[in-house]
Amino acid sequence: MTSDQSTISVRGHVAGPAGTTRLFAAGSGDYGSHQAAFGPLPAMGRAPLIDELSRSGLDGRGGAGFTAWQKVASVPADGRRPVVVANGAEGEPLSKKDAALLHNAPHLVIDGLLIAGQSLDAKELHLYAGAEQLAPVIRAFKERGEARIRLHEAPDTFISGEATAVVSAISGGLPIPRDRTKRLTDSGLNGRPTLVHNVETLAHLALISRFGSAWFRSVGTGSAPGTRLITLSGNTAGARVYEIPTGLCLTEILVSTGVDPQAVRAALVGGYHGTWLTAEQLDAPFSREGLAPVGARTGAGIIMTLGSGSCGLAATADILGYLAGQSARQCGPCTNGLPNMASQFARLAYGDASGRLPQEISRLAALVTGRGSCAHPDGTARLALSALMAFASDVEAHLRGRCEALQ
Amino acid sequence: MTDRKVPRTTMHIDWTRCDGRGLCIELLPELLTRDDWGYPVGRGGSEILIPENLEYAAQDAVALCPTQALRLRK
Repeated sequence: MTSDQSTISVRGHVAGPAGTTRLFAAGSGDYGSHQAAFGPLPAMGRAPLIDELSRSGLDGRGGAGFTAWQKVASVPADGRRPVVVANGAEGEPLSKKDAALLHNAPHLVIDGLLIAGQSLDAKELHLYAGAEQLAPVIRAFKERGEARIRLHEAPDTFISGEATAVVSAISGGLPIPRDRTKRLTDSGLNGRPTLVHNVETLAHLALISRFGSAWFRSVGTGSAPGTRLITLSGNTAGARVYEIPTGLCLTEILVSTGVDPQAVRAALVGGYHGTWLTAEQLDAPFSREGLAPVGARTGAGIIMTLGSGSCGLAATADILGYLAGQSARQCGPCTNGLPNMASQFARLAYGDASGRLPQEISRLAALVTGRGSCAHPDGTARLALSALMAFASDVEAHLRGRCEALQ
Repeated sequence: MTDRKVPRTTMHIDWTRCDGRGLCIELLPELLTRDDWGYPVGRGGSEILIPENLEYAAQDAVALCPTQALRLRK
């Protein structure tokens, strides 16, 4: 990609947004509002970008949570021009944040993709997202006369956003994960070094390139700096997206968004591949370090609360049934193991219980873990095991033919 | 990590190709068992560590796998 954006207009310079409304600071998705809020597109070389990202502490916002700078730095500077992909596929049913971002701040995502591409001297730029999310991106392209980025429609399946599935889909193949023996940053699309970043990660990258790592760190905590988008759903209302300072406690997040923690029995943190936390564990900070002691991860910024009158085992059984159906049917352990685990769990949740079920679910979870070409079996097993832990007393009740939520 | 010498070779299983025919399990009974559906299970998930004395057996498993799902990596 050759850049025509290498000069920075001093006159157009604006200060970084104050407070925690950053990604949505333009207030509207149009190019005029975007430029007024954030100023012109900056230029940045590879080394300064890696350096600034490293100092910022930005971690990936797609789910796996690798530090953003490490992914950029792992693209080899060996003369092969790489490919950069903005991943906006959001197959996780509990996540709405990437859709919200692409509808309300498409220019920030485009900026992040252009800056990353330019700093790496990329050969190709791609944006991959669901059909509904491509519409605002196409409008944004027209506004700024952007023609360098190729658009690809992601299907509405759970695993379509997995990085190797993204690369497969863009190359014209099926949107399902591939076996990987090399990192995508070594050999991805058509053998080229390929950087796949989530759209929110790229939007933060666009802001860090403009306003610097110190500005990014002026909100959030030392180990979890900046802001992040979360999707909150559950016993309160439908899914809502918020931009929050990273590192807030789960309880603080619930209170500040109008959820009464007293009415929450448990929360599913990190999404369908995530972890159930009990009400007592909700004082954990919502960050990688804060959630590690309770065995959870932020995932793509997902929190789903379970109301006091709802059965966690039934909720889990339903999710496991969905996830079992979302297997790509490529890997035997996943194809065979997940439906089996889901049906054992459904027996436990819905009353056809025998004392051996929890052990059998645990055995199947261990049996599928680490035995797929992607993390789908591992994530599904993690959800099942975390439910057995968080709802341990309810498991006992179910084995005696009762349910704590219905008492 | 320990200072002890670690096995140098790993056998990668491409699960998207594996069909659970089970030949590798017969050739490497020291390392692999069968799951409920006949697919190989070994410590390391998709990356099975091969000790030196089993390298020839592992090479056989790779060469004879009917779905070419196995690969040796140094």
